[in-house]
Amino acid sequence: MSTPRTLFEKVWSAHEVVPATADTPAVIFIDLHLTHEVTSPQAFAILRERGLKVRRPDLTLATMDHATPTRTEQVFGGAPITIDSAAKQIRQLEANCADFGVELLGLQDARRGIVHIIGPELGVTQPGKTIVCGDSHTSTHGAFGALAFGIGTTEVGHVLATQCLLQKKPKTFAINVEGELPNGVTPKDLILAIIGKVGVSGGTGYVFEYRGSAIRKLNMEQRMTICNMSIEAGARAGMIAPDEITFEYLKDRPRAPKGAAWDKAVNAWRALVTDDGAVFDREITIDASALEPMITYGTNPGMVVPISGQVPDRAGDPVFDAAMRYMGLTPGQRIQDAPVNVVFVGSCTNGRISDLRAAARVLKGHKVADGVQLLIVPGSQEVKRDAEAEGLDQIFKAAGADWRESGCSMCLGMNGDTVAKGQYSVSTSNRNFEGRQGVGARTLLASPETAAASAIRGKVTDPREFA
Amino acid sequence: MQAIKTIHSRTVVMPSTNIDTDQIIPGRFLTTTTKEGLGQQLFADWRYAADGTPIADFILNRPEAEGCRILVAGRNLGCGSSREHAPWALLDYGFQAVVSTEIADIFRNNSLKNGLLPIVVDDATHQWLLANPGVTVTIDLQSATLQAASREPVSFPIDAFARYCLLNGVDELGFLLSKDAEIQRYESQHAG
Ligand code: SF4
Repeated sequence: MSTPRTLFEKVWSAHEVVPATADTPAVIFIDLHLTHEVTSPQAFAILRERGLKVRRPDLTLATMDHATPTRTEQVFGGAPITIDSAAKQIRQLEANCADFGVELLGLQDARRGIVHIIGPELGVTQPGKTIVCGDSHTSTHGAFGALAFGIGTTEVGHVLATQCLLQKKPKTFAINVEGELPNGVTPKDLILAIIGKVGVSGGTGYVFEYRGSAIRKLNMEQRMTICNMSIEAGARAGMIAPDEITFEYLKDRPRAPKGAAWDKAVNAWRALVTDDGAVFDREITIDASALEPMITYGTNPGMVVPISGQVPDRAGDPVFDAAMRYMGLTPGQRIQDAPVNVVFVGSCTNGRISDLRAAARVLKGHKVADGVQLLIVPGSQEVKRDAEAEGLDQIFKAAGADWRESGCSMCLGMNGDTVAKGQYSVSTSNRNFEGRQGVGARTLLASPETAAASAIRGKVTDPREFA
Repeated sequence: MQAIKTIHSRTVVMPSTNIDTDQIIPGRFLTTTTKEGLGQQLFADWRYAADGTPIADFILNRPEAEGCRILVAGRNLGCGSSREHAPWALLDYGFQAVVSTEIADIFRNNSLKNGLLPIVVDDATHQWLLANPGVTVTIDLQSATLQAASREPVSFPIDAFARYCLLNGVDELGFLLSKDAEIQRYESQHAG
């Protein structure tokens, strides 16, 4: 009998072109390479310098999202892109894709969007694939049972030139989530709680596998929210074994296999589960039924509390003290009364249609509090069309929200969408680092429900008040 | 890439833990299409006031930081984004090595590929380095050891292949390209 293996080990070993030796790491084949305007220009430059081609344009897909403006007039109206360097980066990606024969879902393409949202939408994200992108939230695609991780620009060049990467085998970490999430508690709350428990570096060197009854009940969009934030605990990848829910999501997607190829693929995908008796290097168990909506109070995603709780008091810990100074919060204060100036709903964590529906359910019939700016940015143009077909945009606009074209937007404030210095932002994105949303911006990470409720009240608010 | 054998320099100490790549190089500077010049913007939000004037008491603006090639940082350096702009900015500024007790995966990989040594030391050495900013440190890549002032050298872990590439100034792309036959075989076995 063969040794029981984890899901990760199955995907890893199926992609070893050359196994590791004492002197060299393994050469791993990459099935799908996603790329965008910000982390690719210097990689294409390497190819030019060395006179190399893109080895597998058929396995490479480019889009623009990070530096790309979200204002309709700049995307479709012919207005100049406000940030010159961003415009240059966008033009550079267009030129690079044309020169090297890479498919680009460009500025005005109906399929454009945040790279981690369009991969699943198109059905190119599939179980058992190795997927990389010059972006740390590539972990999102692990929700399909793919091994998906972020790489740097030099490695983007390696994949462009050879379709392979040199990799050291990571260790495995099982995160078992048992029980049922209580009403009003979302997958975003679950992943924030997990990061709070594991710590922001607790996953370094590991690939997570999220398992257990609570995970099995989640739909694909919810699973993507969970895997997306694996990197915030230091893990480069997070995986969830594919099941009927996965196959149902993928079936009939534009680039999913069709007909007999589909049946054959599903058959193979069913084997992508951790065998009984397989051993993980680390394992923790979380009781989903004990969770509450969660929100961050500090300057990394591990500084998180239940929404009914208080900012903890860890005075004397220099990280904590610096975070308090930056955030302008006081140890012991109720997080629920914290002020809110800006609310951002969007990003590759919570910019899918189910996230927008959740925000709309809370916002319907309400108005944003005086002085609060609410920005809602769909994760892709497809999400935008779906939302408009359902009339969500009308609910948002009636509430006083700003509704935009898709992109990373205020998640990282390099595209013109920023939070001003000292302002408090409740954001559905994934990083509350100092300055992430703008110089001096103070970010509190939460679910779309919490973000919407906080926009209405103008202070941090428990979304269950709107249930 | 230039071959690296030893680094001999005084240290700059930034004791904060979890210094993320958004701090090392804020997102608004990523709209560049080259690697050059990013040293100007290294730690921009800690280094400059809103009007662009240097903040006098930030360590990189102090005279003693001049010419230092080794950055000693608090635990979990380089977490967050995969931006290779972070090691590019550190190198462009003049750093050749970063030292901590934990260094985030992607940042560590990116650093190695650009000739910035990511060095993980034990707690005791780290504490001593944090408590003694500006000491002279020698990093010897061949023996994979770090010697702080006249203390006993301590060894640090480094992947054998990465060390080979750094010592010889070769990059990994050349190695991958040399595996063309194996890659072709893999591709033909997995076609369709
Ligand atoms: S939405 Fe934010 S986290 Fe996601 S890819 Fe864009 S910048 Fe990165």
